[in-house]
Amino acid sequence: MRINSFFYTIGQGFKNLGRNKWYTLASIATIGACLFLFGLFFSIINNIQHFVHTAEEGVSVTVFFDEGTSEDQMLAVKSEIEKRPEVKEIHYESADAAWEGYKEEYLGGYTDGFTENPLADSANLQIYLKDVSMQAALVTYIESIDTVRDVKRSEVTADTLSGLNKLMAYVSMGIIIILLCVSIFLISNTVTMGIAVRKDEINIMKYIGATDFFVRAPFVVEGILIGIIGSAIPLVIIYYIYKNAISYVNTKFAMLSTILPFLPVEQIYNDLVPISMAIGIGIGFLGSFTTVRKHLHV
Amino acid sequence: MEKGFRKKKSGRQIPEGEVITLEHVTKSYSSGAPALNDVSLHVKKGEFVFIVGDSGSGKSTLIKLLLRELVPTNGEITVLGYNLNKIKHNKIPKFRRNLGIVFQDFRLLKDRNVYENVAFAQRIVQTPTREIKRNVPSILATVNLAGKYKSKINQLSGGEQQRVALARALINKPTILLADEPTGNLDPNNSWEIMKLMEKINENGTTVIVVTHNREIVNAMKKRVVTMKKGVIIEDEEEGTYIDED
Repeated sequence: MRINSFFYTIGQGFKNLGRNKWYTLASIATIGACLFLFGLFFSIINNIQHFVHTAEEGVSVTVFFDEGTSEDQMLAVKSEIEKRPEVKEIHYESADAAWEGYKEEYLGGYTDGFTENPLADSANLQIYLKDVSMQAALVTYIESIDTVRDVKRSEVTADTLSGLNKLMAYVSMGIIIILLCVSIFLISNTVTMGIAVRKDEINIMKYIGATDFFVRAPFVVEGILIGIIGSAIPLVIIYYIYKNAISYVNTKFAMLSTILPFLPVEQIYNDLVPISMAIGIGIGFLGSFTTVRKHLHV
Repeated sequence: MEKGFRKKKSGRQIPEGEVITLEHVTKSYSSGAPALNDVSLHVKKGEFVFIVGDSGSGKSTLIKLLLRELVPTNGEITVLGYNLNKIKHNKIPKFRRNLGIVFQDFRLLKDRNVYENVAFAQRIVQTPTREIKRNVPSILATVNLAGKYKSKINQLSGGEQQRVALARALINKPTILLADEPTGNLDPNNSWEIMKLMEKINENGTTVIVVTHNREIVNAMKKRVVTMKKGVIIEDEEEGTYIDED
C-alpha cells in the first residue's frame, strides 16, 4: 500500500465517524458505558483483592519440633522450607525468645517462681505464605518432616480468604465477558449500519476497481477509533471519580481507611489503562473486522 | 501463433484487436427463461457500439456480465484478455480498472463536491496525490466543468451530474467505457451533450459501449447497433438504426 493510500484510509476512517455521527456517538457511548462499568469493577475488585491480600499477609503457619531437636536441625528445616515456592517469609523463634516474649506480653515482672524455661519445647518457625490457598500443600509437606511435632494453622481464615479470592475472580471474569460480548455486538451493529448507509459508495468503489482491503480498511479503522475513544472517555471519568471517592472516604471515615487500605489511583491505572485500551481497540477491531467480512462482499 | 490472433489468458486464441468476446453466452437466473440465451458478440478496440432493446431484453445482464458482476451459466466471456469465467476474485479489481462505467442515475457521492467525486476514482486505484491534483482539473476541463469543481452534487443539473460521472469514469484512462442508459434521466439537449462527449472520447481511442433506449440519438449517430430481444441478439449492424419492435 502506498503511503498516501495509507493516510487516505486512516482519514476515511476518521471521516466515517463524522458521516455516520449518530451511530458513532451511540457506539462510543455504549462502549464507553461498558468500559466504565469494567473500570469500576476493575477498581473495586482490585481493592477487594488488596484487602484480601493484606488480610492474607497476617495468616501464618507455625511449626513446632519434637523434644530434643537441636537448634541446628531446626535451622536446617527452616532453610529447606524457605526454598518452597509457597513461602513468602519465615522466622525462627528459639525457646528462650518465645519465653522472653511470653513474659513480656503476659507476666510483666512476675517471673520469680520460674527457674527453668517452661516453654522449652516451644521453639518454632513462623511462616507467612504468598497465597493462602497454598497453605494445605505446604502443611502436608511440613508434616512429613521427621523432627516436626505439630503444625498450627488457621484453616478457616485461609479457606475463607482463598474462597473469596476465587469468587471475585469468577464474578469479575463473568462480568467482563458479558460486557465484551455486548460491546462487540454494538460495534458490529454500528459497522453494519455504516455499511448499509454507504452501500452506494461501496458499490461505486467496487466498479472502479477497489481492492477488498481498500474497501474494508476504513470500516476497520472506524471500529478501532470508536474503541479507542470509547475506552479513553471512561478512563478519564473513572480517574476523577476514584480519586475523589478515595479522598472523601479517607477524610470522612479515617478509621475505615486503616482497616481497609485503598489502592492509590496511579496503581490501579498502571493496569487499567493498558487493559481498557487493549479491550477498546480489540473489540473495535474484532467487531468491525468480523462485520465487514460478513456483510461486505466485495 | 496464427497471424492476426493473440493468445488470451485461458490459452485460446482471440482475434487481434478484439477487446470484448462473448462466445455462446447464456445467463439463467433461478427461475424463468434465461436473461441471455446463446449470445455471441465481438467488439474491436476503438469501436462505438449501441446496445438497444426493450426492458427484459437482456441489456443490463450483458453489462453486468461484462463488469464481472455476474458469471455466465454457459459460454465464455473474454474482456481485454481476461477470461471472466475463470478470473480469480483478487484479480477482479485489477480487471475493472480497465473499464469506465456510467449509470443512468449517475451514482455520485452527494456528500462530496465535484472535485472529490472525480478524485475518489483515482484514490481507489491508489494514484499519488500529486498526480490526482494534476489529473482532476484536466478531466473536468474535458467535460466542461472546470469552473464547478467546488460545487456540491445537489447544486448541479442532471446533465452536469452526468458529466461529473463521465469525468469519474474517464479519469483512470479506461480502455473500455460502459454506459448503462446514460441519457435516461436527461433532457434532449443534455443527452446530446453527453453523447457528443462520448463520441469525442471514442475518437481518442476508447472503446465505447452504450446501452440506451434513445431512438433519436441511435439513429442520428450512425454507429454499430446491436439489437436485443428476449435475451437474444436479433440484429447487429454497422451504422445501424433503432429497430421498431412492432
